[in-house]
Amino acid sequence: MKNLVLIVADQKAGFVMLVNTLSKQLSAEFTDVMNEIWANEAVRSAVLISSKPGSFIAGADLNMLEACKTAQEVTQLSQDGQKMLEKIEHSPKPVVAAISGSCLGGGLEVAIACHYRVATKDKKTVLGTPEVLLGLLPGAGGTQRLPKMVGLPAAFDMMLTGRNIRADRAKKMGLVDQLVEPLGPGLKTPEARTIEYLEEVAISFARGLANKTVSAKRSRGFMQNYAMALPFVRQQVYKTVESKVQKQTKGLYPAPLKIIEVVKTGLDQGNDAGYLIEAQSFGQLAVTKESKALMGLYHGQVHCKKNKFGTPQKEVKTLAVLGAGLMGAGIAQVSVDKGIKTILKDTTQKGLDRGQQQVYKGLNSKVKKKSLTSFERDSILSNMLGQLDYEGFEKADMVIEAVFEDINIKHKVLKEVEAVIPAHCIFASNTSALPISQIAAASKRPEKVIGMHYFSPVDKMQLLEIITTDKTSQDTAASAVAVGLKQGKVVIVVKDGPGFYTTRCLGPMLSEVVRVLQEGVDPKKVDAISTAFGFPVGAATLIDEVGVDVATHVAEDLGKAFGPRFGGGSIDLFKLMVQRGFLGRKAGKGFYVYQEGVKNRSVNSGMDEILEKFRVPANPDVCSDEDIQMRLVTRFVNEAAMCLQEGILSSPVEGDIGAVFGLGFPPCLGGPFRFADSFGARQLVDKLRKYEAVYGSQFTPCQLLLDHANSPGKKFHQ
Amino acid sequence: MLSSALRNLPVSSAWAAGAFARSFSCSSQFQASVQPKTKKTLGKTGVKNVVVVEGVRIPFLQSGTSYADLMPHDLARAALQGLLTRTNVPKDVVDYIVYGTVIQEVKTSNVAREAALGAGFSDKTPAHTVTMACISSNQAMTTGVGMIAAGQCDVVVAGGTMLTLNRAKSLGQKLSLISKIRPDYFTPELPAVAEFSTSETMGHSADRLAAAFGISRLEQDEYALRSHTLAKKAQDEGLLQDVVPFKVPGKDTVTKDNGIRPSSMEQMGKLKPAFVKPYGTVTAANSSFLTDGASAILIMSEEKALAMGYKPKAYLRDFVYVSQDPKDQLLLGPTYATPKVLEKAGLSLSDIDVFEFHEAFAGQILANLKAMDSDWFAQNYMGRKSKVGAPPLDKFNTWGGSLSLGHPFGATGCRLVITAAHRLKKEGGQYGLVAACAAGGQGHAMIVELYPQ
Repeated sequence: MKNLVLIVADQKAGFVMLVNTLSKQLSAEFTDVMNEIWANEAVRSAVLISSKPGSFIAGADLNMLEACKTAQEVTQLSQDGQKMLEKIEHSPKPVVAAISGSCLGGGLEVAIACHYRVATKDKKTVLGTPEVLLGLLPGAGGTQRLPKMVGLPAAFDMMLTGRNIRADRAKKMGLVDQLVEPLGPGLKTPEARTIEYLEEVAISFARGLANKTVSAKRSRGFMQNYAMALPFVRQQVYKTVESKVQKQTKGLYPAPLKIIEVVKTGLDQGNDAGYLIEAQSFGQLAVTKESKALMGLYHGQVHCKKNKFGTPQKEVKTLAVLGAGLMGAGIAQVSVDKGIKTILKDTTQKGLDRGQQQVYKGLNSKVKKKSLTSFERDSILSNMLGQLDYEGFEKADMVIEAVFEDINIKHKVLKEVEAVIPAHCIFASNTSALPISQIAAASKRPEKVIGMHYFSPVDKMQLLEIITTDKTSQDTAASAVAVGLKQGKVVIVVKDGPGFYTTRCLGPMLSEVVRVLQEGVDPKKVDAISTAFGFPVGAATLIDEVGVDVATHVAEDLGKAFGPRFGGGSIDLFKLMVQRGFLGRKAGKGFYVYQEGVKNRSVNSGMDEILEKFRVPANPDVCSDEDIQMRLVTRFVNEAAMCLQEGILSSPVEGDIGAVFGLGFPPCLGGPFRFADSFGARQLVDKLRKYEAVYGSQFTPCQLLLDHANSPGKKFHQ
Repeated sequence: MLSSALRNLPVSSAWAAGAFARSFSCSSQFQASVQPKTKKTLGKTGVKNVVVVEGVRIPFLQSGTSYADLMPHDLARAALQGLLTRTNVPKDVVDYIVYGTVIQEVKTSNVAREAALGAGFSDKTPAHTVTMACISSNQAMTTGVGMIAAGQCDVVVAGGTMLTLNRAKSLGQKLSLISKIRPDYFTPELPAVAEFSTSETMGHSADRLAAAFGISRLEQDEYALRSHTLAKKAQDEGLLQDVVPFKVPGKDTVTKDNGIRPSSMEQMGKLKPAFVKPYGTVTAANSSFLTDGASAILIMSEEKALAMGYKPKAYLRDFVYVSQDPKDQLLLGPTYATPKVLEKAGLSLSDIDVFEFHEAFAGQILANLKAMDSDWFAQNYMGRKSKVGAPPLDKFNTWGGSLSLGHPFGATGCRLVITAAHRLKKEGGQYGLVAACAAGGQGHAMIVELYPQ
């Protein structure tokens, strides 16, 4: 299939070329087309526009990268890309990029190689260099062109964070030259006419560039022209950025440092050196295990954005959320802003007010960031109904309860709700540990009961863990997944069981954290050790965030269900903390003391006595920093493998996604299963055995891990 | 409300000195008064017939000219006095006064009452003010129609007024102006009024609307030129009989609209886009300009008018208000309102002899014409089986429109109705259709039927 089409728009005017993704085949065609442009007398300028609605170029073809066996092969790809874009940059006939939809990665690199950029000013149009999120760098000249176009600080910000930039912001930064407002309906659909209009406007600018009535030169400020030309100013920028990156990545991610190095080389030693090191570094990065882990997560995320249960019979248009606490209000927030009519019910006016205020605050912060207008906020809020009774529940298509984690309360609520809801309505429980089948036992219609485990804060955490019981119907599952996807969640679906998947994996790790604390390692050190391994939040802080009372509750339940495998730390330590009111962040005190507006929190001195009371001697053989990290992680991974073995998890992909997006398992490791593959099942089992010898059966490796360890070459991810 | 603000553009200098050469090239449809065709009348059993006895307006002036030192109620007062003079209606028979306005002056927020008192109406006649953006005086008229039809009143005066107050008055306001001085302060800035729900100015929305319907700059300039040319001809031929002179305190008597400026395509083509820069198509020349003015209309129940010995000009028949998406269909009110009002009255587009549409922007009028002529649009956005059809241009705004005569936001509705009545008589038609768009994505249409001669 031909990807590129040359259209001579009219005599001596622009031409339009249609493209969508960057592949090997495309490079060859591209050269042909560019030659045609230069050869054709009638063509005086060119416009690049996508034939695919919703995206300019969404980036390079990842499969193409993954097919490469060696760094050299990838470097070659990068150099091919560089050459292709060099052709555009040096084209004697002006080339205009007409951007609508995502213009990311390789797509952005194509756009900035053009002489002029016109973009549609809508929410779907985003520009960015997300390569760093895949452990890569912009490998087709992006590291060299971007700093010259938007300035060094902005270029670093884009390339190191990989953030998406909306069209209006891109215009302010100088990343695009003109904006085109999206059109409403005319004689065609708004989408079709907007693309046509973009094309018309882009052609008019292409024509203007060709006959010199339009200039592509941008005026830059003092910082751009003068200050950045001074080597010592640039050195200062490099230093600042480098230390920031070091601090945030703990040196676990090679890509950001490479990006800084490559940019630096280009600016200090010239284009040739810059392009060369860009291509080489691109090749090196593509074969790192970090990059493979991050790409695995990317694929996993795509996988978890699909509804494998198909389309539900009835779309959920009215949702009722029970309990206006942190979780309930969070669920309401991510529902109303997707246009779902949401009833938020609580039992007290005070609780309801707090919940409604939380939703308002969440939306209003978007207004402050200008990603929402105040009018849109108000109109979104009109989808929410706060109330104390069951009025209107007869119209609900789904009820999600987020009431207190107590089986008796859950049963009471379930019965109350079933008395008022229509027959088709689904009852979902947002519980983090209570088995759904136990909750469903009180239901007259267990096929309509399902678990929807959200993570706090709901509007920020991407994961939704859906739990099905043996009785849950396919359609109920389809509906729950559809709602989750509509709420913008990455969805994993697991089987019912104590702690499901995520809570169950976290349990043994937190138990081990307690053990480590008991052995005399202070909370700050525990945090430092775990973040150094790549966890975004330190292990002690995590307990404070979860809430010590919740952790106690869960630990007790899971301890009963799984016995010694959840042993290690003493649960009585938690219980004493609860007794003293050290419930974690929400109470202002946990392992740390939390004060409003104080950034550097201090360790809670009240804990000294408690920790002393539960002190156990440490065995120096298994207490090095590395050992502590491995003790935490091996228990996590072992439990994850157990979940797969028992069929709680249906695939390693979902296991990895759940661990990374729900629990903050280090993304650079790609999740417990990816980690088992890269670290080696054999080595993992060896570690477990070593700790088993010291601590006992909580470290006993599960059968699935043993199987993998015994057959080299067997991997969770092929 | 209209593309406010075009006042700061060098409109007059650039293209005002009018090339009148083309002004007589259009329109051969003007013939002497012809006998009306005989179609059914639209009266409904059980509903009182409401008639227009007379309607007047003071000359519509570009903002900042002769009316600059006045207040909105001064203009309304002048229109009311003009109506009194023209009709000699005894003040005490007027049951009620309703006025439309858009931007309320704080001291005269019920401008209807202040103007009525000042114009010498009885202080026993109640008055209230309504607002509905560009269709405020339409709303004033239909409010009156409702009162009469419901049997609560027999004689109602309706009208509208608009005066842009562009003066910093208090010391605080003056200081705040100084604080706004910045390097780009002296480049012209359009004080355009933005839609609250979308933060988009109307001119910007009009430009997008024109683009959505693929209407070129050339087409818009041509339409604007047509409007000015036809207005000039109507003015010269003395057809704008609704205009009453106004002696402005401290200034000469104003007798004519001052915004009619037929130019040439070439001169209009030189203007830069006013809203979507640098490539948009809506310019100062193809938009209606910021206008000061006021109108007033005397409506009665038919029997009251006849009993008082008046010869009514027209019946006010069915009317509708519509509203739609304020972002992408802000100015498509006429498209939605036209088929609805025709259906209500049991008429088809071909029954209409005279169309009077409010011209906010040339691009807006042309977009509406295209939308009305599109089955696709009717089916996908209006939930109708087929298009209503576009009005033929030879029946459309043939005495000029808001683009050329001006558009005092609150006052245009009455001008449309009385012009339709006058044209029906002059051109020998029976039914007129009045339609307008308004901020907020709203619209209005009404059927005007010539009173049997």
